[in-house]
Amino acid sequence: MQVFFTLTRRELATYFVSITGYVIIAAATFLVGENFVVILRNLGGMPTPMPVTELFFSTQFFWVIVVLAAPVITMRTFALEKYSGTYETLMTTPVSDLQVVAAKFTAGWLFYLIMWLPMIACLYIVQYFARQSGALEPGMMTGMLLGNALVGALFVALGSFASALTNSQMVAAMITLVFGSSLMSLAYVAEQVTVTNTWQSQLLGQFALFSQMQDFARGVIDTRSVVFFTSLAFLFLFLTLRVVESRRWK
Amino acid sequence: MNDSPMIEVVNLTKRYAGRTALANISFRVARGEIVGLLGDNGAGKSTTMRILSGFLPATSGTARVAGFDVFHEAEEVRRRIGYMPENNPLHNEMRVREYLRFRARLKGLSYKRTRDRVNTVMEQCSLTDVSKRIVGQLSKGYKQRVGLADALVHEPDLIILDEPTIGLDPHQIRAVRQLIKSLAGLHTVLISTHILPEAEMTCNRMMIMLRGRILASDTPENLQQLMASRGQVLAEIAAPANELNACWSEIAEVEQFDVSPSDGAFHRCVLTPRNGCDLRPLIFALVQERGWILRELTRNRHSLEDIYVQVTKPTEEEEG
Repeated sequence: MQVFFTLTRRELATYFVSITGYVIIAAATFLVGENFVVILRNLGGMPTPMPVTELFFSTQFFWVIVVLAAPVITMRTFALEKYSGTYETLMTTPVSDLQVVAAKFTAGWLFYLIMWLPMIACLYIVQYFARQSGALEPGMMTGMLLGNALVGALFVALGSFASALTNSQMVAAMITLVFGSSLMSLAYVAEQVTVTNTWQSQLLGQFALFSQMQDFARGVIDTRSVVFFTSLAFLFLFLTLRVVESRRWK
Repeated sequence: MNDSPMIEVVNLTKRYAGRTALANISFRVARGEIVGLLGDNGAGKSTTMRILSGFLPATSGTARVAGFDVFHEAEEVRRRIGYMPENNPLHNEMRVREYLRFRARLKGLSYKRTRDRVNTVMEQCSLTDVSKRIVGQLSKGYKQRVGLADALVHEPDLIILDEPTIGLDPHQIRAVRQLIKSLAGLHTVLISTHILPEAEMTCNRMMIMLRGRILASDTPENLQQLMASRGQVLAEIAAPANELNACWSEIAEVEQFDVSPSDGAFHRCVLTPRNGCDLRPLIFALVQERGWILRELTRNRHSLEDIYVQVTKPTEEEEG
């Protein structure tokens, strides 16, 4: 456990000792702000029964941020260490492969969550100026944060996997970007298709990420979605662990 | 503490795709020894060290450190070694003390022990002045010492240093060598180098590697003796060439000789001894007896290449 915490702390600190962390947060905040402006303009045009939290996820801004931020957050995790050689010093200390993968994932994931904190400020603005007491309603907040954390877990796990595959940060980022956007296009298709009884259709229906996220933001926590995101995240973490272990078979 | 040797390598082979990096090597290192792995780039030094540190798996054969198998009991092995890889990779964005603390915690030291040990190794490696500086901004000599401090911080039984003095200036090299020497007795040290005098100065034993094989393994003194046996002697003597020629051919200890004119009355004689004796006292006595003038008398210094030639020769004969 000591090793895990030490590693996680260092991994998380690397985002903040260099400029990368701040640039990612600034970029995400900028896009969240744009999203906020769009929402407010639409609200001015016509009223909607949706809660504000859900409105944030009704546009595509959220997914654009996720797909763009995930590669940048995760590309360095393994690739940079392999490139600079510190991977060798790390792997020759008494740490297990599992600890390394878990720590790197946790640090990336925590950073992802920190990145979203400014969004809560936007919600607060709505509550304060529009006298919308429901904007920061605990149920919806929990749903939104949980949903966001699950989406983040999936994308950070995916990014860690890509980073473990290579020693070039650029390649890692590209792989994550391609996988991420493929997941998005799959989600588009899934949203369009009406779910029938065949298993193919059922399976595809699970990839309707947009409506799943909207459910979370409405405060509806669907076990199927939780299982879906968690299992996909674990799948990619498992693959990452295998890649890290593969050093021993070569 | 158990009685097993610190390092025990048996029939170790490592093949990369299409290339054999280590060809069936075996060796032992006893506790407390300082052993130098000597060889040029690509001789298999780094590969040996990477396998011993558990970073790379071997293709076949076994390697044990303090009685633990480096592959099957990797964590036990890693607990007992301090490894500084080639080019000494460090986390450049961290501060010196912060980095050493991080490494100590990673190696499982308790909070209090981390503080004590980090202070100790920083003093040992003269890093106290730069404890708050950022690693990436330090000079190469300091970086190297940070790497050494990292290798020492958990008081490992075995310290593996891959080319610890490469790229340093002479002062820094001297400081690093002093430091390595000071480790003798407390730790077992395996260092790799391609500089012969370095190994001579710091090691109890040298192992010479070439193309993935260990060609010779002995104390620096013995290896030098081996070399001296082939040592040619150079003498510059003021005497007529025909007298010199006649004189050398009479001496039984001289196997081969070559006399060439130098400036003035001097002649340059290159003499190869038979069966490894030292010709110098003999020449001196002769010069005295004949009343010649001697202005230079040296035995060739041997470079690493000469040792290679020397130690590779029997194998070539075997193969031929």
